[in-house]
Amino acid sequence: MAELSASSVGLTTADGRPLKAALATAQQRAKRRAFLLVLPLLAFIVITFIVPIGQMMHQAVYNDGFSANMPRLAAWFAEHPVGTDPDESAWQALALDLQDASAAKTAGQVGTRVNYEMSGTRSLFTSTARKAKGFAPPYRDAVLAAGAKWDDPVLWGTMRQVSRAYSGNFFLAALDMTHDPQGNIVAMPEDRQIYVNLFVKTFLLAGLITFTCFLLGFPIAHLLATLPLRWSNLLMILVLLPFWTSLLVRTTSWIVLLQQQGVVNSALVATGVIPDEGRFQMIYNQMGTIIAMTHILLPFMILPLYSVMRPIPPSYVRAARSLGATSWTAFRRIYLPQTLPGIGAGSLLVFILAVGYYITPALVGGASGQLISNLIAFHMQDSLNWSLASALAALLLGAVLVLYWLYDRLVGIDNLKLG
Amino acid sequence: MSVSHADAFVAFEHVQKSYDGVSLVVKDLNLSIAKGEFLTMLGPSGSGKTTCLMMLAGFETATNGEIKLDGTNINRVPPHKRGIGMVFQNYALFPHMTVGENLSFPLEVRGMGKADREAKVTRALDMVQMGAFANRRPAQLSGGQQQRIALARALVFDPKLVLMDEPLGALDKQLREHMQFEIKHLHESLGITVVYVTHDQGEALTMSDRIAVFNDGRIQQLAPPADLYERPDNSFVAGFIGENNKLPGTIEELSGDKALVRLANGELIDATPVNVTQKGQKTLVSIRPERVEFKPEMMPDGAHMIGAEVLEVIYMGDILRAVLRVAGSNDFVMKMRNTLGQTKLEPGQKIRVGWDPLDARALDPI
Repeated sequence: MAELSASSVGLTTADGRPLKAALATAQQRAKRRAFLLVLPLLAFIVITFIVPIGQMMHQAVYNDGFSANMPRLAAWFAEHPVGTDPDESAWQALALDLQDASAAKTAGQVGTRVNYEMSGTRSLFTSTARKAKGFAPPYRDAVLAAGAKWDDPVLWGTMRQVSRAYSGNFFLAALDMTHDPQGNIVAMPEDRQIYVNLFVKTFLLAGLITFTCFLLGFPIAHLLATLPLRWSNLLMILVLLPFWTSLLVRTTSWIVLLQQQGVVNSALVATGVIPDEGRFQMIYNQMGTIIAMTHILLPFMILPLYSVMRPIPPSYVRAARSLGATSWTAFRRIYLPQTLPGIGAGSLLVFILAVGYYITPALVGGASGQLISNLIAFHMQDSLNWSLASALAALLLGAVLVLYWLYDRLVGIDNLKLG
Repeated sequence: MSVSHADAFVAFEHVQKSYDGVSLVVKDLNLSIAKGEFLTMLGPSGSGKTTCLMMLAGFETATNGEIKLDGTNINRVPPHKRGIGMVFQNYALFPHMTVGENLSFPLEVRGMGKADREAKVTRALDMVQMGAFANRRPAQLSGGQQQRIALARALVFDPKLVLMDEPLGALDKQLREHMQFEIKHLHESLGITVVYVTHDQGEALTMSDRIAVFNDGRIQQLAPPADLYERPDNSFVAGFIGENNKLPGTIEELSGDKALVRLANGELIDATPVNVTQKGQKTLVSIRPERVEFKPEMMPDGAHMIGAEVLEVIYMGDILRAVLRVAGSNDFVMKMRNTLGQTKLEPGQKIRVGWDPLDARALDPI
């Protein structure tokens, strides 16, 4: 409204220039300087953060292992609709592509790509490619002579699936789903469903770890906030000490403490609380993951809580007490609500870190304490199925963003206080 | 007004408080407060006045001695069972609740029904002229409005005793003076007992029935405002309350309620002995600046006149403030009303000043 009236009247400076233009010129220099100052950081973030994440997201839907190395067959699939039986032209395309792949030594890549969707097919591609030099028409017989499995309609359905470089197949796989030969989306056989369960477990464990961090961190943060500065500084150093210790050292010390022949078990046996044969299994399982991760993530809960609690004057609780509230009521109705921004920030921080945590579960998680990030690492490093790893990671990222959005809707992001 | 321990509403009996086990913050406090009284604890910071208030509210425990409320010992009663309303320095309005919820809180924790609560909240808000603000948050209110809400909240559950800890400290001067009168009127109309802590002597003088001046963990003087101002018991009170001229000297003669004091320059003046006991003792003679007179025709009976030299005259609007050299001290102040035809004094001018011997009080030297 004000802007409208100003422009309609056309306010000008003393020497007759339009006011807006004069303001822009006056501020231009400062703006340019400010931009140049943040430019290095901006470039750093784009190069090291946005580009890799973008690439990862791209990888999750793009895999040209088949289409780039088998162009003729890919073209045949593109020309003929789903359900067309492979005719001689298709067999010819397959044979010639395999010949080329053999020469270029890319048959393994192609086989690997198909193998992701249909296990046990990689060797078929490599062995057939070795014999591809001698292929002559009629190609169908020649290829079938090299490998009888080529007649399987399921294989042809799978090859059709992977013949497109862009596909949502990896996301389907990450959600324990697949295509049947007719191209419909169906659930994986029960014994091969692992990812959804692992996602659920990861979120449950992260939630549990967040809750334990809250239970343990709240009293400490309160103590930090109310102690005289001299003592609270000392305590703060103790809280921060884990930050300055190597993650490996911390995790290893948990192993020393918690293993079956470890300090805790031996102490319990020595004091007669448990018999020697009844030593607890506290590490290399879920419990180990929970204990070690709670310890490592605790400061991320304490610090936001502390920064919210510190400025709350004791007079609020005193006022509540003088107004007739018991100490519990005063805590619940007056103190706790005022620490909500800290609880929210701490919980969000711990949860997001826990959901993507890798090292600790890998070291002390055993078989049952593995989280989704361990599987992502497995696909990145061992199975080399980067597309699936990317799809899993993208799902994780998406889930965290959804949580963030939910938090914003429920609590409000401007209520977040990280320190 | 003096209150015996027997019929006191609030009584401190030989109360001592130490935080560190080494030094005492409150040293042997004895104080009785009558029902309906407005008592102010006045003193510099660190004098123990806030500690006394916190002990009465139940947030600090007395190291020794007894605190009684309405005849019963409350040393071991937790704060929420004392039924004492309290107004805090920073108001302590709960920021996550509306004004109405803030006022409703003490009634809720007492298990009062919704209808009763609403009626009481409305009445309390109307009492402080804030009826239209029930749905606002404290952060949306000005300092003065927050102050009123804090007051209403401390009164809404009809406490017999209300404690106020420097409640006007954060307000600007004009608002502060206005609120002083409002609090005073509320006290009178509700008939409640108020214990008020402040370091502002003007506030204490304006509002109180009696003032307890604290210093160094002890009550230096407990008296109504006029007595405190006009008849301070010792040099600390004389210096802390209002402006004061202090002339050092020695007691030359002492007889009943009259003393003869030899000042630093050898001049003799009459004074009223307060806490001097023998001849030859060092003393500080205290005289209020507005009780000093320089016009012979206005001089009170029995006034002893001594020579003075005008050093400076400061124009302050309603009064003129003259700084004089009297008996060797260069900071002797005389206040004159800025009346029509007031004699104009010039720096360097030699005059003679005098005062009623009753206004010259021979106190202990600090």
